[in-house]
Amino acid sequence: MEGFVRKPVSDIGIDKTIERLDQQKIKRAIERVLNEEVTVRFKIFLETCMRCGMCSASCHHYLSHDRDPSYAPASKVKLTLGDLVAKKGKIEKADLKRYARIAFTECNLCRRCTQFCPFGIDIAYLISLVRRLCGVLGVAPQFIQDQVYSHMSSYNMLWFKQDEWIDTIQWIENELRYEIKNARIPLGKKDADILLLIHGLEAKYMTPLLSNMLKIMLVSGVDFTLPDTDGWDYTNKSLYMHDFETMTLVTKRHYEIASKLRVKRILITECGHAYRAALYESARLLGWKEAPIPFIHAVEFFYEILTQGKIKIAHKVKEKATLQDPCNIVRYRGLGQKLRFIVRELCEDFVEMTPNQEYNYCCSSGGGMVDAGPPWKGARIEGGKVKIEQIKETGASLVIAPCHTCHKGIEDLIEHYKVEAHVKFLADLIAEHMEIPERLRP
Amino acid sequence: MTFFEIVRGPLAWVSFLVFFLGLVYNLYNFFKRAQKDKVLYGYFSLKHTLRSYLFWLLPFGSYSMRQRPLFTVISYVFHVGLLLTPLFFLGHIEMWKESWGISWWALPNIVSDFLTVLTIICGVVLLLRRFLVKDVKYLSTPVDYALLALVILVFLTGFLARYQMFLPYQVIAGLHILLGEVMLIFIPFTKFSHIFYFWLIRAYTASEFGAVRRSKDY
Ligand code: HEM
Ligand code: HEM
Ligand code: SF4
Ligand code: SF4
Repeated sequence: MEGFVRKPVSDIGIDKTIERLDQQKIKRAIERVLNEEVTVRFKIFLETCMRCGMCSASCHHYLSHDRDPSYAPASKVKLTLGDLVAKKGKIEKADLKRYARIAFTECNLCRRCTQFCPFGIDIAYLISLVRRLCGVLGVAPQFIQDQVYSHMSSYNMLWFKQDEWIDTIQWIENELRYEIKNARIPLGKKDADILLLIHGLEAKYMTPLLSNMLKIMLVSGVDFTLPDTDGWDYTNKSLYMHDFETMTLVTKRHYEIASKLRVKRILITECGHAYRAALYESARLLGWKEAPIPFIHAVEFFYEILTQGKIKIAHKVKEKATLQDPCNIVRYRGLGQKLRFIVRELCEDFVEMTPNQEYNYCCSSGGGMVDAGPPWKGARIEGGKVKIEQIKETGASLVIAPCHTCHKGIEDLIEHYKVEAHVKFLADLIAEHMEIPERLRP
Repeated sequence: MTFFEIVRGPLAWVSFLVFFLGLVYNLYNFFKRAQKDKVLYGYFSLKHTLRSYLFWLLPFGSYSMRQRPLFTVISYVFHVGLLLTPLFFLGHIEMWKESWGISWWALPNIVSDFLTVLTIICGVVLLLRRFLVKDVKYLSTPVDYALLALVILVFLTGFLARYQMFLPYQVIAGLHILLGEVMLIFIPFTKFSHIFYFWLIRAYTASEFGAVRRSKDY
């Protein structure tokens, strides 16, 4: 394709699957996704694009690649769906491979470009359609596929078994007793106020973070529980493949657990995509206009317990801090102000990135790019040049990233571009800096 | 019938008819197919839609426009000319009066002349931009150049007809009318359809960004 020059990257989930496909299968998938599933939005977006280029400079991939026009948002559509429509659906395997690469590894679905297009053309929706097309053919980065299969069989992203889950919570409870008197982490308790769901990684590799979150829950004195069955992991990685079947399965499971346990609200820790999926993307597919049970993000929860005085910050963070606005909770759900309240409570010296809040740049790892695994690390590091420049400009040594994806993405950027800074979750900062009342000390 | 009579008579009928039928068909088709979309009707929010129209129609009303001041000015002037001159140019209104006996408020000729020249200049700048700016060039298809050239030619021939330059009046005016009619016919079937899809797409995006995402699309 003219002007589309990339270093070859091999990913068996894409390359090998495409090898096995035949023209008949590709044709059927196109028929299904672009004729049956798609709605009128597809047609009018493609038809209305004026090729004016107003969206180009909104995209961090375009900016980070020295304004290579093939990374401009409208170009990504031209190189995928535009190409498919021009060829009347008669595409080669090489075309499909290019579509998959663009859709999974050159667009984070951050929707910044939509804010810049004078028509509001939803480029991310169009790129999602490409992901859906690839997804129904089983063509996706192997690492994402693996997580989706794990969700299908175990409702969590990393093949964690139910007994391992219960075991993990029990030993965290044991450990917490060194810090909080009679710490008790309820599993499957009925009629609690809050059902806490967590990120799969927190149960396996990032238990200190989970432990900090639980500590905050205990100190704030809220009435909460965690699930005692599969379905404790809120990550819904099927969103990345636009595997709507698995995506709705997982979301339904979460709301079912909540209604079985008769909790009032569901709370998740610091994550972006899962929040968006459960709140509306997936809820919509299930026929709910909004979340059937209030579904809140850790940022909303921290804001609540801080403003209600349920926890107090004992001593503030001294070092210069900046904040990453995760797309999925700020541009996608307007949590920017609450986030700033928390950060100001926590930090003495807070500097904003520019631009920020709903106009912030994506960390370049979102929308599944971090989940695409090691083969695509280079892609997100390259795309993150804009982000690292933004961070460097603030001169901050602490980057607060209230989202697993942003956290990991920025950590990798900092390491690669050798910037003197470190990344933290809110839960880690709050747990370190909050006051533990006398009565709770062992 | 002379060329001038044809474009002034039957072809004018054809073009207006095709334009209106095309428009109605497109809108009907949109609203009908939109029923199958779970998002379009279900999440429509009038408040956020109006808010978005306002900020996107005001010059420099949106963040995006503020990032691109030069382009915004050029595109704005271009569109003001495109919308005002055909509707409020005295010469056009006189023709409506001649054929149908209806007339309405007109721009003073000096203003429409001035607007016409400005529109042509802005159109040419936009065309040059397509050739020169890397990302826009990469995106552009032959149709994009052609449609922009068509708009410029309609304005240019209209202006030349008015001052009866270069060619006999009937020829140049006939050419202008022909091109104007071609443009009208193209509106429902090419990207010129942005004239009405603008409102529909903005309504969707504004509702999603405003009501669902509690954020901003401008
Ligand atoms: C309410 C009416 C209209 C709205 C909201 C509107 C909006 C827009 C927008 C947002 C763009 C893209 C950015 C830009 O190039 O400025 C655009 C481009 C354009 N519009 Fe319109 N427009 C309207 C009416 C018209 C009309 C009546 C015409 C003439 C047929 C027209 C012809 C064009 C052309 C040719 C371009 C492309 C310019 C280029 O190639 O760079 N527009 N319009
Ligand atoms: C069916 C359609 C049309 C007819 C019959 C028509 C007819 C004419 C005629 C006869 C003139 C010359 C007036 C004179 O003798 O003083 C003229 C001028 C002009 N027309 Fe049209 N026209 C048509 C469509 C359009 C369209 C669609 C546009 C623009 C979008 C347009 C823009 C102009 C302009 C800018 C001038 C020159 C105004 C000036 O210099 O002040 N016309 N038109
Ligand atoms: S990464 Fe974001 S700005 Fe770039 S094309 Fe994708 S959605 Fe648009
Ligand atoms: S800003 Fe909108 S209309 Fe312009 S090129 Fe981008 S998607 Fe197309």
